[in-house]
Amino acid sequence: MNIHKRIAGDLVAAGIGFVTTVPCKQLAGVIEEVDRHPEILHVPSNKEDEGMGLCAGAWMGGRRSAIIMQNTALGVTINTLATLIQFYRMPLPMLISYRGEPGEPVACQVEMAVHTKALLAQLHIPAYHFHRQEDVEELPKILDYTFMCSKPVAILTDASFWGGY
Amino acid sequence: MIRSEILQEIAPILRDHLVICNIGIPSQELHAIDDRPTNFYMLGTMGLASSIGLGLALVQPKPVIVIDGDGSILTNLGTLPTIANNPAPNYILLVVDNGSYGSTGDQPTYTGRKTSLAGMARAAGCERVVECRAEETGDVLQEALEADEATVIICKCESGNAKMPVITMDPVAIRDRFMRAVATD
Ligand SMILES: Cc1ncc(C[n+]2csc(CCOP(=O)(O)OP(=O)(O)O)c2C)c(N)n1
Ligand SMILES: [Mg+2]
Repeated sequence: MNIHKRIAGDLVAAGIGFVTTVPCKQLAGVIEEVDRHPEILHVPSNKEDEGMGLCAGAWMGGRRSAIIMQNTALGVTINTLATLIQFYRMPLPMLISYRGEPGEPVACQVEMAVHTKALLAQLHIPAYHFHRQEDVEELPKILDYTFMCSKPVAILTDASFWGGY
Repeated sequence: MIRSEILQEIAPILRDHLVICNIGIPSQELHAIDDRPTNFYMLGTMGLASSIGLGLALVQPKPVIVIDGDGSILTNLGTLPTIANNPAPNYILLVVDNGSYGSTGDQPTYTGRKTSLAGMARAAGCERVVECRAEETGDVLQEALEADEATVIICKCESGNAKMPVITMDPVAIRDRFMRAVATD
């Protein structure tokens, strides 16, 4: 099984049936799988804070939700994470492409990469960094943990992780 | 008519439905007029009421009425194409278009000048878009509930706010109460 199918399958196995996405090159494969999966309602959003609103609504409607986005989107969603997801205590798995790490060809991506973990730490958002291929084995446990504690949780997936596939 | 008078008038329609209400004074007014477990009050996060309502409408069958504002729609304009391209027949977006940022002191928004939210919603691909005067809101909302088609209502009204208390309910209590209301038949 390829990694994209595996991740989509893990989302569904965790009970997730609603996913919103804003693309990143590194996420193209997994977004395609999510879109294709019959048990996931995929609603692309135009901005990641909008996407978090969609996820909040879907979750309150009884459907577990998740967002797939680039780490630059942390700059867009700080307010929403604090005043919606955390304030109302909602679970939100965030599968995040961690651009700007070694292997990165675009210098500008490094500018948000250097803030990524600091922002997550400042917000007290649990964050897991997938660097090697086998790190994906942690995903089901991280998803369960997210719904157990009802928090936003970040899964940072860097170029080495994706490069391994 | 100002927003609070509209809410007063449509409260008997709202009370039987799931309502996502815009940040600030709109939520304070609705809370004071008719606090219901089926109301979700936004205490922060300007702009996301329409998105929360859409997510909710897409995953369950009950009608969802979003009470939003022109300023909040303008700050999250990306919501209109998402609403248009993911049609939920049980979704009603009621934009109280008072041409101002009411909660922060009635500073004018661009909808009081050249910008038409109804035109923008149509251009985004929304198919059932109704622009109405404040006095017509109840009738237009009732028709939307019967239409069985996603509807965007742009209700043109005057700027102004009623003096209501701040909502002191715990956000988790609001959310938990709302989720129980969603889940009951
Ligand atoms: C990101 C952000 N910027 C500014 C504010 C301040 N603010 C709160 S409510 C509001 C006005 C909302 O206007 P509108 O949606 O038209 O609602 P109205 O009160 O006019 O009904 C503003 C500017 C905020 N809460 N968040
Ligand atoms: Mg307004």
